[in-house]
Amino acid sequence: MVWRNAWRHKLRSALTLLGLVVALLAFGLLLTVVDAWYQGVNASSDKRLVTRHKVSLVFTLPQNYLGKIRAVDGVRLTTYENWFGGIYKEPKNFFPQFAVDARTYLQVYPEFRLTDAERDAFLRDRKGAIVGRRTAENYGLKVGDNITLKGTIFPGEWNFVLRGIYSGGRESTDESLFFFHWEYLDETVRQRYGGRRTAQIGLFVSEVEDADDIARIAQTIDAQFANSHAETRSETEKSFQLGFVAMSEALVAAIRAVSYLVILIILAVMANTMAMTARERRAEYATLRALGFAPPFLAALIFAESLLLALAGGVLAVVLTYPVAAFFGAAVSKFIPHFVVGPQTPLLQMAAALAVGLLAAFIPAWRAARVNIVSGLRAVA
Amino acid sequence: MSEAPAVRLVEVHKAYRRGAQRVPVLAGITFDIAAGEFLALMGPSGSGKSTLLNLIAGIDQADSGDVIVAGENLARLPERLLADWRATHVGFIFQFYNLMPVLTAYENVQLPLLLTDLPRRERRAHVEHALSLVGLADRMSHYPNELSGGQQQRVAIARALITDPPLIVADEPTGDLDRESAADVLHMMQALNRELGKTIIMVTHDQRAADHAHSIMRLDKGVLWSNPDDAAAVQPAGQG
Ligand SMILES: Nc1ncnc2c1ncn2[C@@H]1O[C@H](COP(=O)(O)OP(=O)(O)OP(=O)(O)O)[C@@H](O)[C@H]1O
Ligand SMILES: [Mg+2]
Repeated sequence: MVWRNAWRHKLRSALTLLGLVVALLAFGLLLTVVDAWYQGVNASSDKRLVTRHKVSLVFTLPQNYLGKIRAVDGVRLTTYENWFGGIYKEPKNFFPQFAVDARTYLQVYPEFRLTDAERDAFLRDRKGAIVGRRTAENYGLKVGDNITLKGTIFPGEWNFVLRGIYSGGRESTDESLFFFHWEYLDETVRQRYGGRRTAQIGLFVSEVEDADDIARIAQTIDAQFANSHAETRSETEKSFQLGFVAMSEALVAAIRAVSYLVILIILAVMANTMAMTARERRAEYATLRALGFAPPFLAALIFAESLLLALAGGVLAVVLTYPVAAFFGAAVSKFIPHFVVGPQTPLLQMAAALAVGLLAAFIPAWRAARVNIVSGLRAVA
Repeated sequence: MSEAPAVRLVEVHKAYRRGAQRVPVLAGITFDIAAGEFLALMGPSGSGKSTLLNLIAGIDQADSGDVIVAGENLARLPERLLADWRATHVGFIFQFYNLMPVLTAYENVQLPLLLTDLPRRERRAHVEHALSLVGLADRMSHYPNELSGGQQQRVAIARALITDPPLIVADEPTGDLDRESAADVLHMMQALNRELGKTIIMVTHDQRAADHAHSIMRLDKGVLWSNPDDAAAVQPAGQG
C-alpha cells in the first residue's frame, strides 16, 4: 500500500525523487570539495614537524639552521624545501613545485613512491626531477622528458629532466606535485643573481622519534632561534596544513553552508509534497479511522511513504555520486588534485536523506493522526 | 420483544458551533432500534441525519445523552477503545464508496481483517466468500477505478460485512448510483438483513430506497418523527 501510494502521482513523485537525487548529489559533491580541501591535513603525519619563519611563509630561513634543528634531542631526520612557483608552458597549467633536499626528503616522506631505478636516477642527476602520477597524466609527461619551467619567484628558464613518476603510498597522498633538487636551485640562483638570495630555506621538516614528544621538540627548536633576526615557528604537519586551510576557511565555510542549504531546500520541497499528498488523502485516512485503524497506523503509513521516497533518492544519489565525482574530478584535477569521494560522504548523504524523509513526514503524519473522522469523511462530498 | 435493542438513544443532544453561534442539530433524541431491524432514516437536507448516524456508528460524540449500541455506551469509551469497537461491531457503507484507490477489490475487502489476528489463509477464504456474496468473485484483482459505481458499492458492502459486525450503517448508499445499480445494492442490503440478521440503518433521500426498509424514521429540525405506518420497531419518545 505504501509502495503503491508513493507512485500514485507518478509525475509528482518522479519530480520529487529527481529533486532529492539532484540535491543529495550536490550535497555529496560539495562534501567532496571540502574533503579535497582538507586532503593535505588528512595526509599529514603526526611524526612530522614543520619549521618556518615566524612572521610569514613568505620569508625564508637560513640554511645553516639545519644543523641546529637536527641536533635537537628527539629529532631523527630533517629535510627542507622551497616553494618554486614556476609556470609550465602556460599560466593556467598549475601544479605545485618544490625544490627539495632529495635524499632526506624521500626518507621523511616515504609515501612518495618511486621504483629503485627511478629513485637512483633522480638522486644522480643534478637537473633531475620527479612528478606525481596525476600531473604526469594530465600533461602527458614521460620519464626522460625535458621539462622547462618559467620561474616567477626565481625568474628565468629552468630546465629539468624527468627521472621518475611517483605514486601515492596512501589514498590521501597528493599525486600532483613536482620535485627537483634544492642544490640546483641554489647554485643557479648564485650564478644568476649573486649571493644574496642563496642558502635560503622555505621550510624545514623534521621527523621525530616519538609523536608524543613533538610539542617539546617544537618549543626547543623555536627557543634556539628566539631573538635572532629570523625567528622560527614549529608546529605539527597537521596544524601547519590546517593553517593553510584556514586562509580559505571562509570559503570552505561558505561551501559547507551551501551544502546544508541544499538539503534544507529539498526538505521544504519534500515536506510540501508530503503535505499535499496527505491533504488529498484526508478522506482515505478518515475512512481507515472509521474502519478501526488507529492514528499511529496512519502516521506510520505516511512516514513509510516519505522514507521510501527519501531513501530511494538517497541510494540513487549515492550511486550517482561516484561516476559524477570521477567525471568532475577529471575536469578539475589540475586545480583540485585529490577529488575523491570520502568514505563518510555516502553515509552523510544517506543520513541527510533519512532526516529529510522523517522531517517531511512529521507534520502530515501528525495531522493525519489527528484528523477528525467526520469532517475527514465530509471532505469527499 | 424481550430482546435488548441493538441501538438505544437517550436524550441525545448535539450542536455545532459556527463562530459565536451555537447551531443545534440534534435536540434530545430518544429512541430504540431493535436488533435485526432495517431502518431508513429520512429528512430534509441539513436535518442532522448524517450526524445521528455518525453518533450511532461511533465516529462522532454526542454533547450529552447516552448512545448505547450493542450494549456499549459509546459516550464512555475513549477513542482508542472506540476504534477497536468499531472494527468489530460496525460495518460502514458510504455514499462515495470510500474504497482505497491503490488497493484491489480483494485488498479493500481484506482491509478490516488486517486488524484481526486471522491467518492469511482464513482471510483469503473470508474475502472470497464476501466477494462472491456480492457477485464480484470475478473482479477480485480489479482496482476501484476499473469498476462501475454499483460494483464499487458492492465491494464496499463486502468490506462492511467482512468482520461480521452486528450493525451496518449506510449514509445515502444509493445517492451516487443509477436506478438499476441502486436496486442491486438495496436488494443486497435486504439480503444482509434477512439472511444474515444484520441490523441496518440507512440514511436516504430517496423514497424508493426507503421502501426497501422495514420502517422509516423522519428527522426534522433536530427531532424524530416516526412513520405512522410502522411503529412496531421504533418507539419515539418525548415527541410533541
Ligand atoms: N463540522 C460542522 N460544523 C458546523 N456545522 C456542521 C458540521 N457538520 C454538520 N453541520 C451542520 O449540522 C447540520 C446537520 O448536518 P448533517 O450532515 O447531519 O445533515 P444531513 O441531514 O445529513 O444532511 P444531508 O441530507 O444534506 O446529508 C447541518 O446544518 C450542517 O450544516
Ligand atoms: Mg448527510
